Amino acid sequence: MKDLNFTDPVNEKLKGVSRRDFMKFCGIMAASMGLPLGAGAKIAEAITTAKRRPPVIWLHGQECTGCTESLLRTSHPTIEHLILDLISLDYHETLEVGAGHQAEAALKKSVKDNAGKFVLVVEGSVPVKDGGVYCMIAGRPFGEIVKEVAAKAAAIIAIGSCATWGGWQSSDPNPTGATGIPEFLNGTTVVSIPGCPPNGYNFLSTVAYLLTFKKLPALDALGRPKFAYGRLIHENCERRPHFDAGRFAEQFGDEGHRLGYCLYKLGCKGPMTRNNCPVLHYCDVGAWPVNTGRPCFGCSEEGIGFTIPLFTEADIENVTPSSVHAPIQTTRGGGISKGAAALLGGIGGAAIGAGAVAAKRLGDKDKGDNS
Amino acid sequence: MKIKRRDFLKGLAGSAVLAMAPPAIAASSEKNRLPDALGILYDATLCVGCQACMVACKKANNMPMEFSGSQRQWDNPVDLSSKTLNIIKEYENGTAKVKDREIDGYAFIKRQCMHCVDPACVSACPATAMTKDPKTGIVSYNKDACIGCRYCAVACPFDIPKFEWDNPFPKIVKCQLCNHLVAKGQIAACASGCPTGASIFGPVKDLLIEAERRQTMIPGKYYEFPVAEVSSTKKEVHKVKQYIPYIYGKNDGGGTQTFMMAAVPFNKLGLPTLPDRSYAAMAENIQHTLYKGMILPIVVFGGLIFLVKRSEKNKKE
Repeated sequence: MKDLNFTDPVNEKLKGVSRRDFMKFCGIMAASMGLPLGAGAKIAEAITTAKRRPPVIWLHGQECTGCTESLLRTSHPTIEHLILDLISLDYHETLEVGAGHQAEAALKKSVKDNAGKFVLVVEGSVPVKDGGVYCMIAGRPFGEIVKEVAAKAAAIIAIGSCATWGGWQSSDPNPTGATGIPEFLNGTTVVSIPGCPPNGYNFLSTVAYLLTFKKLPALDALGRPKFAYGRLIHENCERRPHFDAGRFAEQFGDEGHRLGYCLYKLGCKGPMTRNNCPVLHYCDVGAWPVNTGRPCFGCSEEGIGFTIPLFTEADIENVTPSSVHAPIQTTRGGGISKGAAALLGGIGGAAIGAGAVAAKRLGDKDKGDNS
Repeated sequence: MKIKRRDFLKGLAGSAVLAMAPPAIAASSEKNRLPDALGILYDATLCVGCQACMVACKKANNMPMEFSGSQRQWDNPVDLSSKTLNIIKEYENGTAKVKDREIDGYAFIKRQCMHCVDPACVSACPATAMTKDPKTGIVSYNKDACIGCRYCAVACPFDIPKFEWDNPFPKIVKCQLCNHLVAKGQIAACASGCPTGASIFGPVKDLLIEAERRQTMIPGKYYEFPVAEVSSTKKEVHKVKQYIPYIYGKNDGGGTQTFMMAAVPFNKLGLPTLPDRSYAAMAENIQHTLYKGMILPIVVFGGLIFLVKRSEKNKKE
């Protein structure tokens, strides 16, 4: 652990960061949440005047650590410096220096000392099958640790798709019974930041909001911050005009694909997935799957990512008109279909046959009567 | 049975009375415009074909999406239907290069209920399921009164009421000028959704004044056009096209509460050419005359009784 003494004034820790860089960082936080212009200053004030750095405990369950990795690559200058020094990261299996008993002792101490004050971040799902034996830390099932720590946390944030709804481990047949934190801690408010990985700024913004306004940002029904997960990817996608005009890439590497046409027919799940990827690109270089030519696969949405096959066409949630207009005159009825014609023909033939037979019998009967 | 010469002539005289009666009593007056009627003015020259009105209509009226062909990406109905109350259609000719030009041009037209002054659907409905609001003149539909005969769909000269053929408990579906929004003091969704002012909502008398103002505009000059509502303070400036000197709906089919203006002849845009007299008035005239005072039915019935009696008598003889 870097520092267990929380009473250090934060300002000292900011020494290596220029004021300009710091204000830039706060401004980006505010912008990513769609907060008004003054909010950046407020965030800066909240961070610099904090008497104690808020303790954060970060638990890892069944996951790949991709969320941590992507968070570390939010490449604004000194971002990890700011975040790791502004908050007191008391336990994080990937980043901490200590190991084994030393690390576990730090966790216990922090939970005890900061009961009701710390922020709990969970990365990864909880295996519930077979008594949780599929993920054991320090000899204890992960679920047990989550329950124990969550009971004393001030706020709980589930980062990544695994922690929010089970992620890829929960794909059928889900051998470990992977369960997301909101479901596992049924009844507790858990802020969900889904994504595989989620955009680091969605997490940082939520934390900055929490520190600044001392409350959680507005959440949707699934516990996701509305500023990030309020709209469909399809609504803000830079390739949307191609969709509306009916210009599609039909296969990878074809003419349409090279011209940057819409990837819907290649299985893009943007029309079903709520996230802000098209607005807040990844890694600060303006990259996200769709602008690299790879369709969205719905990583952040339960029941879509890791569930619907990659190249299956998405259902359209908000259907809007295409750029093609209806003609003045429309032909009504498509004529008679082949099946219907065959059926009618069959019925007609049967009727004629039956009629002929009946007529013949009538004739026979007449003959019989006459004879 | 033999019909005597005398009886035959009697019957002939009876039919003559029937045939001659209508013109003799054809004084049933046509309905006049209601003073507080509400409507829509659609100006095809201002329409850019964005279909925002169609989206707004579907949202406001909770209508399902409609797919045509094998594509299931867009809501792209090809005509009004039980799922589409309002549609923008496109006229195309030749190279379709220039907007609002008849030859080698294209134009948009909005199709929806015209809310006739004297609606044929209301006249044809045997069960009072179709009603015209006595104040606003909005033609609306009550599914609880409907018997499913679809006379309204047949009677409408604009082909507006649509039947839910795919529903086991079907109803008639038509534009009701967003009367649920009007009741709350709002305006029709298609007009509030229109970004250019191509569709504007308002009292019919104001709409007519606005339409006539547009008729007097000089083509090629710039004028202000209200957006969403005829009385709106929000205006858009547009260059005026050469209007057809005709306000469709002013007199057509006995007059309507929805007016159309365009730069391409209205019959090319799929709007029917109708007499100034409403079909409802014509049909009602004939029927009301036939049944006036029940005199003719009684005469016919009497004649029939007479014939039957006579024939029975003949049989006995």
